[in-house]
Amino acid sequence: MVVNEEYRQFLESVRFVYGYDFTEYAEASVIRRIRSFMEANKIDTLKELGKMVMKDETAFEHFIQEITVNVTEMFRDPLFYKSLRKNVISRLATYPFIKVWIAGCSTGEEVYSMAILFREEGLLERTVIYATDINQDALQKAKEGISSISNMKNYTDNYLKAGGKNSFSDYYKAKYNSVLWDKSLRQNIVFSVHNLAMDKSFNEFQLILCRNVLIYFNQTLQSKVISLFYESLCPFGFLGLGNKESLLFAEKQKCFEEIDRKEKIFMKIK
Amino acid sequence: MQLRNAYDAIVIGASAGGLYVMIRILHDLPAGFPIPIIVVQHRSKDERALLEEVLQQKCTIRIKQADEKELIQPGTVYFAPPDYHLLVERDETFSLSFDAPVNYSRPSIDVLFETAAEVYKEGLLGILLTGANKDGARGIKKIRLAGGTTIAQSPETADYPEMPRSAISTGYVQHVLTPEKIEEFLLTVEKR
Repeated sequence: MVVNEEYRQFLESVRFVYGYDFTEYAEASVIRRIRSFMEANKIDTLKELGKMVMKDETAFEHFIQEITVNVTEMFRDPLFYKSLRKNVISRLATYPFIKVWIAGCSTGEEVYSMAILFREEGLLERTVIYATDINQDALQKAKEGISSISNMKNYTDNYLKAGGKNSFSDYYKAKYNSVLWDKSLRQNIVFSVHNLAMDKSFNEFQLILCRNVLIYFNQTLQSKVISLFYESLCPFGFLGLGNKESLLFAEKQKCFEEIDRKEKIFMKIK
Repeated sequence: MQLRNAYDAIVIGASAGGLYVMIRILHDLPAGFPIPIIVVQHRSKDERALLEEVLQQKCTIRIKQADEKELIQPGTVYFAPPDYHLLVERDETFSLSFDAPVNYSRPSIDVLFETAAEVYKEGLLGILLTGANKDGARGIKKIRLAGGTTIAQSPETADYPEMPRSAISTGYVQHVLTPEKIEEFLLTVEKR
């Protein structure tokens, strides 16, 4: 277990020097990401990486942006969005003003998907979507709202399966090999940096989405983050997790009711 | 070279043509098989649990999709879920990741093999079956370098020989076996 001990120490010093805490992340995943960073940058040993990032803040920033970026797509798991339309939207519609938090939004595909869904359900005008991520580069991309045209076939397919009501191409303008999401979708979106492992609750929401983020955390951190969501939800507010995620390790598990077991949608009940 | 026959865990990787071979090598394993088996079979991302259902109908041993943070137990064949990488953690639980595809694949065989090699070291048996890409070759090398045992399906018995062939060409495959031999071997292995 010598190898893992070395990584643990490295992550401890990252926390000590820069205040980024990865010590409660799922170890195998984080080690894999560090290794691919080392491979891509031709760094042979962890010691070498440590030397490089500990004394050079720019190098550290680069490292942090590389190892915290998550992959995402428009309307990923279409049935999840379909279930939102069916089980959640009508209840959200009873609020005069709706606040949504998308935690770990990465490059924003999920945020734009939600904006499209809310527009089609006639709720976007009175909704504010708070989209947060630990990764500033990803957030910057999210704000720009640009995607590659090569993704559009898959995204259109997802959109239709998700119960999309219009033509997916209504929501973007294609230029060369890129597409730009319709600017009006962005009107009610606030992008900001938030670190789930360390930062506190910052508002109260009727809906929180955090999909395929918890899988990167260990059980302790998963439970902490669920508690953070619990505190950030209004009574009878909704929580949507990723397909393979659960409340199994959460201290607050009993405070939620399953709305859709398969699609991992929960409601805060007490 | 003689095959050792005591292990802590077995990992299997398969791609195109894998289902048939998988049934062949798993269907006679008893419910109380003493070693956990962890499998990456490349599969469609839209298929939620069909693979497990089909295999369970053909097998006595318990077949299930691996859950996040689940404790790895004997008597079970775990499959990586569609569209997620499956990783083994040091405390012998699973992690899932949605990181970019590796070798155009998610789940990727290399990701499972490499993380399992670090945890089980010489107690790991890695088996690579039929497939049309190069996934698994790097993982086989890592298993071998960590002291584990490596087997590839003989390319002439594979519907798609590319995958076992790439692994064999790394020089880190110890045994090249037909599906019959792999099945026979699994029926005699013991817990280390």
